Amino acid sequence: MALDPKTVAKVAHLARIKVGENRLAPLAQELDAIVAWVEQLGEVDTDGVTPMSSAVEMAAQWREDAVTDGGYPDKVVANAPEPQGDFYTVPKVVE
Amino acid sequence: MTDLLDLTLSEARDGLRAKDFSAVELTDAYIGAMDRTRSLNAYITETTDKARAMASDSDARLAKGEPGALEGIPIGVKDLYCTEGVLTTAASHILDGFKPTYESTVSGKLWSAGGVMLGKMNLDEFAMGSSNTTSFYGPAINPWQEDGNPGKRLVPGGSSGGSAAAVAARSALATVGTDTGGSIRQPAALTGTVGIKPTYGRCSRWGIIAFASSLDQAGPFTRTVRDASIMLGVMAGHDPKDSTSARVEVPNFEAALTGDIRGLRVGVPKEYRIDGMPTEIEGLWMQGIAWMQEAGAEIVEVSLPHTRYALPAYYIVAPAEASSNLARYDGVRYGLRVPGDSLDEMYANTRGEGFGEEVQRRVLIGTYVLSAGYYDAYYLKAQKVRTRIAEDFRKAWDSCDVLLTPATPSAAFGVDERQEDPIQMYLNDVFTVPANLAGIPGISVPAGFDANGLPLGLQILGRAFDEETLLRAADVLERAASFDAAPALRA
Repeated sequence: MALDPKTVAKVAHLARIKVGENRLAPLAQELDAIVAWVEQLGEVDTDGVTPMSSAVEMAAQWREDAVTDGGYPDKVVANAPEPQGDFYTVPKVVE
Repeated sequence: MTDLLDLTLSEARDGLRAKDFSAVELTDAYIGAMDRTRSLNAYITETTDKARAMASDSDARLAKGEPGALEGIPIGVKDLYCTEGVLTTAASHILDGFKPTYESTVSGKLWSAGGVMLGKMNLDEFAMGSSNTTSFYGPAINPWQEDGNPGKRLVPGGSSGGSAAAVAARSALATVGTDTGGSIRQPAALTGTVGIKPTYGRCSRWGIIAFASSLDQAGPFTRTVRDASIMLGVMAGHDPKDSTSARVEVPNFEAALTGDIRGLRVGVPKEYRIDGMPTEIEGLWMQGIAWMQEAGAEIVEVSLPHTRYALPAYYIVAPAEASSNLARYDGVRYGLRVPGDSLDEMYANTRGEGFGEEVQRRVLIGTYVLSAGYYDAYYLKAQKVRTRIAEDFRKAWDSCDVLLTPATPSAAFGVDERQEDPIQMYLNDVFTVPANLAGIPGISVPAGFDANGLPLGLQILGRAFDEETLLRAADVLERAASFDAAPALRA
């Protein structure tokens, strides 16, 4: 099994999702089944194929490098949990 | 006023302009319908006061003889679209209390065209699902019931389940949804409604909560193809705020419905004949081919050899993009915050409690396939397979103009079914996912019934930015199928 409970714990940490100890094993089983299922892509010959990262062929448009929006901090923090004035708040990060 | 509820969007539009009834009367009829069908849980938030005020404004514009394209039409919006000052949840606990201070481009276009906002429609959490059962607000229920089995609650499909259920149940005249892997076409098929996923880039994604940015596309649910073309005409168009929205003209889609498909080359992809497909679906597909042929189309067998790899490629690309898009939900700027001793702990606690099981599963898969050492083996490989799938379609267009396929591998299933194995649930989208990967438009048209009396849809796929041909073919299919049944649980 490629995706064991230890790997799930590591990935959960990378994704910043708290996963209870008791859920690691069942999750590993589910995720491993999904990964095993997508392994069938290995059957497709993709030598020399350009990866597709955009759904339609279009060139990115240039625009003037100018400020076109902003100036309303009250709106920006309107939905913040526990804002202070125009600021977001987080737990202390520097000791 | 049940008769008002049975009008199509185009009939209601014409009736409003002829002053046969007022926008307030039409909206009140729908508010009554919402009330009577509340057990379907199609709405997460009802905005009835807003609807009455907007309808009254519509009547003023109608009186002045200045109606917009959707003047006075009562519309529901999938709760994935940000709506200014109106709770927007993505059906997730993590967006508790979120009231956007801005309006998504597409919903804004609906209101500018005179549309009346009825409320926000239920969906799978962050649009991740094919049954609307992953919603934090509980499942939406399909208004259709199996013959002789009214006790069994059926799913409306997903992720835009509430949007589909409401149009079928006549508790909204039209709704808008989003389609990342089939989230408009699959629920449309399961509820006997018309659902179109336009070409990627046709509609702006700005202000729509992102799931998988290279696949997401907005589209309408309606009861007829004509109504879908009217809605799409309002929703489409370039938006400077979405760099992936296309700079192409928006044609008059309604004018494309000529009823004439003589000489149209309709492709039938042999790879869509999958093992274990119910005989009713196979039969309906054959019937659809016959209908198109009788209408003068030329039927062409085509091959899309990489079809079977579309779903596994999708389940790498979509979770990868989702894991990145959903990184923003961290308890700092909006929604739920679950305290922790450190910043990292607060993030993890918030996301552990705020995301449901399916969302967590996909974020974890996405994080895994993008993590060091696996990127090339999974993500890059899936993007290359995606290129192959898009090539399949490009080659098919050499010999045909549209493709005709089943929309789903089965009719609606029970709310409690298919929950054990995620992959079984993913297989619902086997016929719809390829179009998202290739960026091409697709439409689901109600065309028949299964043995239990549940609706089935046929799907038509078309060339990129050729929704006109798609709609023209769908209109002919709709006329031939003459699907006019209504669900048991309608308002």
